[in-house]
Amino acid sequence: MCIDCGCGPTDHHHHHHEPGHAQDHGHDHGHSHDQGRRTLRIEEDILAKNNRLAGNNRARFGAKGLFVLNLVSSPGSGKTSILERTLRDLAGNIAFAVLEGDQQTDQDAARIAATGVPVHQINTGAGCHLDAHMVGHGVEHFDLDATDILMIENVGNLVCPAAFDLGEDHKVAVLSVTEGEDKPIKYPNMFHAADLLLINKIDLLPYLDFDLEKCKAYARQVKPDIQILEVSCKSGEGMEKWYAWLAQGANRKKT
Amino acid sequence: MHELGITRSIVEIAEGHAREQGATRVLSLTVQIGALSGVIPEAVEFAFEACSQGTLLEGARLIIDAVPGRGRCRACGAESAMDRFTYACPHCDALALDTVQGEELRILELEVD
Ligand SMILES: Nc1nc2c(ncn2[C@@H]2O[C@H](COP(=O)(O)OP(=O)(O)OP(=O)(O)O)[C@@H](O)[C@H]2O)c(=O)[nH]1
Ligand SMILES: [Zn+2]
Ligand SMILES: [Zn+2]
Ligand SMILES: [Zn+2]
Ligand SMILES: [Zn+2]
Repeated sequence: MCIDCGCGPTDHHHHHHEPGHAQDHGHDHGHSHDQGRRTLRIEEDILAKNNRLAGNNRARFGAKGLFVLNLVSSPGSGKTSILERTLRDLAGNIAFAVLEGDQQTDQDAARIAATGVPVHQINTGAGCHLDAHMVGHGVEHFDLDATDILMIENVGNLVCPAAFDLGEDHKVAVLSVTEGEDKPIKYPNMFHAADLLLINKIDLLPYLDFDLEKCKAYARQVKPDIQILEVSCKSGEGMEKWYAWLAQGANRKKT
Repeated sequence: MHELGITRSIVEIAEGHAREQGATRVLSLTVQIGALSGVIPEAVEFAFEACSQGTLLEGARLIIDAVPGRGRCRACGAESAMDRFTYACPHCDALALDTVQGEELRILELEVD
């Protein structure tokens, strides 16, 4: 249910980018057309609408005791691979649902579906990030009462997703060791917004010049209290710590 | 790409307010952009012309109020200037600066006719 835009569960594909949407809520405009030149003091936050909808999502997730993560990274760092392995390894222990944000294809959603976990794909088209409105409608496809953890795979992009709150408990940034250790200071907003950093593909460390300690120092420079876990979804190394982190978060939300 | 979406929102919000007040066009708008907001003012300026075409904001003057970043140290309590790349306190070196200013992304006012 979308309180702010008033659209129901079924008509949600038709209004996202209609230019008239914001002002056709039935205000009466039959007044004061001839006041001449004047200044309107507005003071409106540009992200206010998204933040309001994110707040609605968060309240709804909170009421259900749902633990919600927003996975962000550059393209190809391994978000879907981490999800696939996690969903398989924790099957039977934790009930997941997955929202997949993708600009073009449904390949990621198909990979998740193959694990047997409920998944819904949000096609962002030209949009380079998910927003709270899309997520609010996306979860209409799940039985949230039967879900412990909602995973949201954001569009592979280290810029915009930082600015858009979806109503998650934490943003989790994934950085693979093939990308170079300076990513945190090249895209500081994203790493500042994240509470957990997963350094992925550590099975490849022996073949690369990646400086792990330097990478962690850079991440802490932009987010002093960020938690950092090193993982490989290929070898499975480090995954137990990530699973423990997940279980702890889910338990905290339940109580 | 990011600034394009932000600029579209700016135009949409501003046009909504202008219409609500019975304005027929917007002459100028003032937008506050914080140094820590992740939004680059030049890119908004660049996108504005395209995004405002065909709206009440077409031809309007875009005034950007750039807000510098400021942080307060959780360790020593001192306030200092802050950029996007380091959250270290210049007074005590603790990596413990909390943002107190600079994340603004706000439409301040419109001049309409
Ligand atoms: N060696 C190695 N390869 C990995 C690991 N994790 C992922 N990969 C590979 O990295 C590539 C990209 O992985 P994905 O999981 O599709 O990455 P993604 O972040 O979901 O990508 P987008 O959704 O396109 O942004 C694939 O070829 C994976 O097999 C890892 O731990 N080690
Ligand atoms: Zn809606
Ligand atoms: Zn993916
Ligand atoms: Zn974007
Ligand atoms: Zn200090």
